[in-house]
Amino acid sequence: MRRIITGAGLLLALAHAFAQDIPPGDRRSGYEQMGRETRAMQDDDSANPATFWVLEGETSWSKKTGTANRACSECHGDAAASMKGVAARHPAFDAKRGRLMNLEQRINACRVERQEAKPLAYESRELLALTAYVARQSRGMPIKIAPNPQSQPSLDAGRALYNRKIGQIDLSCAQCHDQNWGRHLAGNAIPQAHPTGYPIYRLEWQGVGSLQRRLRNCMSGLRAEAYDYGSQELVDLEYYLMWRARGMKVETPAVRP
Amino acid sequence: MANALVTVPKTARRGEIIEIKTLVAHNMETGYRRTERGVPITRDIVRTFTCTYNGVEIFSAELRPAISANPYISFFTVATESGMLAFNWLGDNGFAVSTSTYITVT
Repeated sequence: MRRIITGAGLLLALAHAFAQDIPPGDRRSGYEQMGRETRAMQDDDSANPATFWVLEGETSWSKKTGTANRACSECHGDAAASMKGVAARHPAFDAKRGRLMNLEQRINACRVERQEAKPLAYESRELLALTAYVARQSRGMPIKIAPNPQSQPSLDAGRALYNRKIGQIDLSCAQCHDQNWGRHLAGNAIPQAHPTGYPIYRLEWQGVGSLQRRLRNCMSGLRAEAYDYGSQELVDLEYYLMWRARGMKVETPAVRP
Repeated sequence: MANALVTVPKTARRGEIIEIKTLVAHNMETGYRRTERGVPITRDIVRTFTCTYNGVEIFSAELRPAISANPYISFFTVATESGMLAFNWLGDNGFAVSTSTYITVT
C-alpha cells in the first residue's frame, strides 16, 4: 500500500513538474524581449558582427584541409543547398555511432573521418565560424526535432536535467525559464530559453559563442559545476531545448544581450 | 577573412541623401582589464576612422576604449558625383584596414 501511495505521489509530482510547460501559443523567441537597437542589429546582416564569423566559415567551407586534402565543398557542394535545414534538425541521433550528436560534433566527425584532420577545439573561432556558416543556411526554417526510440532516452535525460535543481543557488532551469520568463533577474529580462539562433553574437561576450557556452554560463551563475564542453549531459540538454522549441524559426546568427 | 564590411548603395540620384554603414572586426581591448593572474592587458583599440569621397574627407571619428568590439558606424552623406568612397581604420599596434567602393551617381 505504501509503495502504491509513493508511486502515486511521484506521478503527481511529475505531472506537476511538466504541467508548467509553456503552451505552444505562448512561446517567444528571446528576440522579442530584446530592445529595439539589439533587434535592429540582428535584422541587418551589415550591422550584425556575427557576419564576420559567417564569412569566415564560408571561406573554411571551400578550403582544402587535413591529410585527405579535401574541402567541405568537395563532398557537400554548395552549402546553401546541401546544408539547408541541417541546423534545424540537430542535435540528431547518429545510428552509425549510436549516439546523439550536436552540430559542432557533426562537423568535427566529418573533419576527422573525411578530411583526416584534427578536430577543432570546442569554442575555437574556426569551429564557431563553420557552425555559424552551416546554421545560417537554415535561417527562417522551423526547428524540426522528432525523437525516435533511440533518442528518447536523451530527451528524457535532458528534460530531467532541465527540471533538476542544481548549484548552491538551488534552482532548476524550469524555475526561471518556464515559471518566471518575462520577469527580471537583476536588470535582465528572463527569456524562455529557446535556442533558436545559435551560435549567437552575445553583447556580453563581445563575440560569438555556442549554446553550450551559454548553458555553462547559466550553470556557473547557479554556482553549480558546469558540465564539460561536448559532454553527454550538455548534448542531452541541447536536444531537449531544441525539442522544446520545435516549430520555432531558426535565427542564426542571432544577436542577444 | 573579411576585416571590414561596408554597405553603400551601388547607384544614387544626384543630390540624394544616402546612408553608409560600416562594421570593422576588432576586439577593442580597453586597457583597463586584467588577466586571471592580475597582469594588466594592454590597450588595443581602433583609434580613428575616416571616410573620403573622391579624395575629400566627408566623415571621421575618434574611437575610445568604451566603444564595444567590432565597432559599427553609420552616417549619411549627399551623393554629389560618381566616384570612389574610401574607408580607413587605424588603431593601436599598427592596426590598419582600408576598403573602398564605387558609387554611380546619375
